[in-house]
Amino acid sequence: MDSGGAATQQRLQVLDGEGMRRTLARMVAQIVERDGGDVLLVGIHTRGVPLANRLAGLLAEATEVEVQVGRLDISLYRDDVGPWRPAHQQPVLKETHLPTGVDKRIVYLVDDVLFTGRTVRAALDTLVDYGRPRAVRLAVLVDRGHRELPIAADVVGKKITTQRDEDVQVHLAEVDGDDGVWIGTEGRGDG
Amino acid sequence: MTVEAAAALAGKDLVGIAPLAAAEIQLVLDTAEELLEVARRPIKKVPALRGSTVVNLFMEPSTRTRFSFEVAEKRLSADTLNFSASTSSVTKGETLVDTARNLMAMAPDFIVIRHPNVGAPHRLARVIPASIINAGDGINEHPTQALLDAFTMRQHRGRLEGLKVVIAGDIRHSRVARSNALLLTKMGAEVRFVAPASLLPVGVEALGATAYLRMEPALEGADVVMMLRIQRERQRNVSFPSLREYYDFFALTPERLALASPDAMVMHPGPMNRGVEIDSLVADGSQSVILEQVTNGVAIRMAILYLLAGGRRESAADS
Repeated sequence: MDSGGAATQQRLQVLDGEGMRRTLARMVAQIVERDGGDVLLVGIHTRGVPLANRLAGLLAEATEVEVQVGRLDISLYRDDVGPWRPAHQQPVLKETHLPTGVDKRIVYLVDDVLFTGRTVRAALDTLVDYGRPRAVRLAVLVDRGHRELPIAADVVGKKITTQRDEDVQVHLAEVDGDDGVWIGTEGRGDG
Repeated sequence: MTVEAAAALAGKDLVGIAPLAAAEIQLVLDTAEELLEVARRPIKKVPALRGSTVVNLFMEPSTRTRFSFEVAEKRLSADTLNFSASTSSVTKGETLVDTARNLMAMAPDFIVIRHPNVGAPHRLARVIPASIINAGDGINEHPTQALLDAFTMRQHRGRLEGLKVVIAGDIRHSRVARSNALLLTKMGAEVRFVAPASLLPVGVEALGATAYLRMEPALEGADVVMMLRIQRERQRNVSFPSLREYYDFFALTPERLALASPDAMVMHPGPMNRGVEIDSLVADGSQSVILEQVTNGVAIRMAILYLLAGGRRESAADS
């Protein structure tokens, strides 16, 4: 995508492909320890979706249970867009798909970066319109701090200390062509 | 060649298909695709438009379109005010612009307007800061109907480009026919109008359509057959000898439908006059998608409201 811009600014790699593989394996171990394999993984668009798919694959290997995966688009529930906020562009809607009902299930919301917590707030509101899960947990690849809402992750791949104006860039092969996590001073923003 | 979707709608209003670019049409159809799913949820409501107000200003009778807009507005959590000509001050001689200015004092974000006069929504759009959505203006345009028709075609055929679409009936008085022809030709489909000469408008070619005076040649190889009602309320003179004769020459019967491509879709914007322009066997037959059109209409209107909610920069500057 923006690999051309990679060289222009300072970027510090905090996770490479191998590191990501190990991190995901550790996250799966935590999920298994807590809830076994009977969980519904729901990825939040964009990069939460391929992450949920990968976790589901690893989880299925570890538990020999087929793990169900869903996709969630939070655009209609965001707090930073809408008619009461002029001068914005409505986000392009993406597919929401839950393979089963969420009633009485243990649902793991999956996202790449946990930052302000506002995405997760919107995702929780979206999810409860589909039913009443037994429990909702949060799994993120990176927790970079700077929360603006009382939200915490249950499973964290890597905790990174960042400045508020720094950028955390997660690349996933399915979306970006390669795997890795970088901190930079400029580039693609991530929530 | 599929058209790449635009990132946003360019204007604050939807007054017609004419001002839209193909990429904007694509964006509306793609957005509706995702919003269709809201109707299948246990809780059929999302908060995207909470706190905003929509005025439904219907100066002409309508049940389908008005209900469809109202459902769309409610599913997006907007507050709705309904206003119809028979119960309003319009009957006391107030002009449209004065009515709308008075409504603006209540600060609505959207005005959905249906009006018997051509250009009424365009006039409002110039003087009112709210987003104006045309729900039908006289014989001019009915853009949300054309969008939902295209959406239904795309759903079944996976594309619009190259589709052969027959639109038959009272073309001359039909805003549905005009908006559909404008939209379909922009998206690369072929449009064939069929009507008795007295019900064909002048300048069919300007709409990008080909005119036929008989059903049979037009139906050959057709992917879609869209039938229109005879709009007796808009006709000053009688345009054909009798409804019986109209049926004999122009109604969609099972025999005529057999001339179209074997899986041709049968569409009708409603209200239908069974036994006039369409035979009941066809209207209720397996190729009919008439009720799907109604379901899709809600998703299309949600998409328009959602997308216009993001495009009010210009209007905010004007007001």
